[in-house]
This record gives sequence, structure tokens and C-alpha cells, in this order.
Amino acid sequence: MSKVYASAATALTDVPNGATLMLGGFGLCGIPENCIAALVQMGVSGLTCISNNAGVDDFGIGLLLRQRQVKKMISSYVGENAEFERQLLSGELDVELIPQGTLATRCMMAGYGIPAFFTPAGVGTEVAEGKETRNFVSNGVSKAYLMELAFEADFALVKAWKGDAAGNLVYRATARNFNPLMAMAGKITIAEVEELVPVGALDANEIHTPGIYVHRIFEGKAYEKRIEQRTTSKV
Amino acid sequence: MLSKDQMAQTIARELRDGMYVNLGIGIPTLVANYIPGGMQVVLQSENGLLGMGPFPQPGHEDADLINAGKQTITTVAGSSFFDSATSFGMIRSGKVDLTVLGAMEVADNGDIANWKIPGKMVKGMGGAMDLVASAKNIIVVMQHVNKAGQSKLLPACTLPITGKACVKKVVTEFGVFSITAQGFLLEEIAPGVSVETVQNATLGRLSISPTLSQLHL
Repeated sequence: MSKVYASAATALTDVPNGATLMLGGFGLCGIPENCIAALVQMGVSGLTCISNNAGVDDFGIGLLLRQRQVKKMISSYVGENAEFERQLLSGELDVELIPQGTLATRCMMAGYGIPAFFTPAGVGTEVAEGKETRNFVSNGVSKAYLMELAFEADFALVKAWKGDAAGNLVYRATARNFNPLMAMAGKITIAEVEELVPVGALDANEIHTPGIYVHRIFEGKAYEKRIEQRTTSKV
Repeated sequence: MLSKDQMAQTIARELRDGMYVNLGIGIPTLVANYIPGGMQVVLQSENGLLGMGPFPQPGHEDADLINAGKQTITTVAGSSFFDSATSFGMIRSGKVDLTVLGAMEVADNGDIANWKIPGKMVKGMGGAMDLVASAKNIIVVMQHVNKAGQSKLLPACTLPITGKACVKKVVTEFGVFSITAQGFLLEEIAPGVSVETVQNATLGRLSISPTLSQLHL
């Protein structure tokens, strides 16, 4: 059975309304551009999106927000998107803000088969409301930790630099971010890659995501790779 | 009064050779410009990089290479990339020696608020909650009063907090404050600023160090 799909449209064809999706990327870096474009095209709605950020008004997840396709966002930082803030403050959009390390680890734990873990992030804050707190001794000091649950996601949509037909993935620079964690966590993981190479072309020593986690893969097209904050040094 | 650069320069005095440091967005980022020559300090960017370098030369920006503020950056020799779970693993396990971040409010017990203004602004905590819950040494750098002229050094935070009793030191345009059992302790005062000015701008408990000195940069 081949994991290789011709396009985002064919790879995402069975994503239903109301699905819970993970979307890789940090800011606009390493986001699954082709998958997002396909979701916009398909018009699926009522989505719950787990993603560190919510894109900007006219790119990334912002494109889904603009079409009112998102019911709920689970993110750590959403400061770059005015439309997001408007929908949130007006009550159109449900949002769960969680610490970035907690978000990353909730993805990872899904891929590790561990249903829950304890973290100090958010103890004593709004994030702790309704969650179990337990003390553990670390380096001789007793400290409070929050119990957090592994995520469950119907689909994980990730972006890698290179991938092969077996689903093995390699990421580039800081475009790695949440992608390998989410790749491990989807009930169905769909990877879009800049370059789809033949099986055997990737060095096994350098693979970041083993193919077992990836169910579908396709070579993305026309990457914009938009830069959010273009900063340069003086010449 | 200290300029933003002088505030960053003040914090840079805390740097030691071999430190791993996480610098937040805004004034904290400027600290990187004042790492003493010959000292090796490794900058961590929580999206997944150790060994962050300066901004790239024009024309060399790489969309795949950004810092936690989403700015294009470079790497230095010996740098490494990793996923975001590993990144917060090194933060939670105490490998990062120093965290410098901005804040909307700091309480005199070390509570910090910097992620939300209910009904008004929702940006999120990003990595700040993980950082303040685990970093060994947390320094806040911020303006002493907000745009409405109200003190940001308070008896208790009025905004939803990011972390409890975690801040060790605060640097503002007026000087350097340690957080002690007695609240804010003014240890160094900026040139041209009077103790009375500091007292008037501070709502939280404030004491003046018996060894108070003028800040020299």
C-alpha cells in the first residue's frame, strides 16, 4: 500500500467537518501550506485546530479563520492575528491557550503512548483551573506540578523538508519546531514535503521522524514560505 | 534614567562564561548586543535552537531560520536545532541558566503577569509559563510604569499571573531591584533618578538597600 499521494487535495479528501487537527509550524515557519490551502478549498468547517500559533490575517491558519472554518483553537500564542483576536473577543471562536512546552509535550506524549504527565508550567495560574496538582520532590525540593493529558487528534498535518515514500521525514533548521511531535501524534498523519525522494535516498542516521508515524505523504507545490519578521543586520 | 539599551547593558553584567541564556522578545533581545568580549554565552531560542547568532545580512534571510519572536536570524558555530518538546525539556530540567523577559506587572513576592488583559488583549503565554516555572534565575526587564503612568511594581498582580513567586530581579529605567522577603529592594539607582521618584512610582513594598549605589555602565 503506497503512502504517496499526488496532492494535498487527494491526501486530505476524507477530513470531515468537526475534525480535530494538529497543524505543525511555529509562526509561519514550517507550516503545512499546501494542506491549509486544501482545507480552504474543501470548505470543511467546525474544525478544532491544535497549533502553536494561529497564523496571520492572510496566511497560515488565518486563512481558515477568515472563512470561519475553525470552531476552536488550542494554541500558546496568537498575538499576530487581528481577525483571531476579534473572533475571540466577540465569542465566535472558542480558544484554549496553554503553555508552549505543555502543548509540545501533549503532542509528544500522544506519540509515546503516555496518556498524561506532570509539568510545573502554569501552577497557580488560570491554566491550573480544574486540573490535578501534585507535589513531587526534585533535587530535594518539593514542588507542585500540574497533570496534563496527551492530545488526541484525528489528523496531524505536518511539513518537512525532505521525505521518502516510506514516510521518513527530515526537517530543516527551526522549521522543525512542532512538526516531528505532531507527526507522532495523529491518528492519521499527513506529511507534505518540499522534496519527495526515492526510498533509500535519505541517510537513516539523519531521519527525524521514522516512517511508521506517517500515513500519507505528498510533495507540496509553490511554497511561499512567508517571513513574518524580516530582520537584518546593518551591512 | 536608563535607556532601553542601558537596561539591557545592566542585565548583561549577570552573564558568565559558559551560560545558556533565554532572552525574551523586546528589550531582553538587546542583551545579546552586550555579551562581554571573550565570554562564551549560548543563546537558546525556545522554538528549537541553541546557538542563536545575529540577524542575517540583507539578502541572506532564511524563512526556515527564525527566533521565538519570529525574526529572521543566523546561527553561530556549534549551534543545534531540535523540536519544541526537547527545547522545553532543557528549560524544565534546569539546563538554561538565565531567563530574561518582559512583563506587564511584577508583584513584590515575585509573581509575574505578562500574557493576558481580560476582555482587552489576548495574546497568550507562549513559552513564558514554562520558562518562569523552571528557570533557575529569572530577571524581568520592563518600564517602571505603564502608559497610563501607573506602577508596574505592585503589592499583588491585578492581571492573570504567568507564574508565582518566580522573579528574582527587576530592572527598570529607574534601577535594579531584587525580590526579597520584604518585597522590592532597590540596590542600584539610575543616574539622575532620586529615591523619592522610585518610591512614588512603586506601589509594592519597597525598601532601599543600605549599600545603595549609583548604576555605572
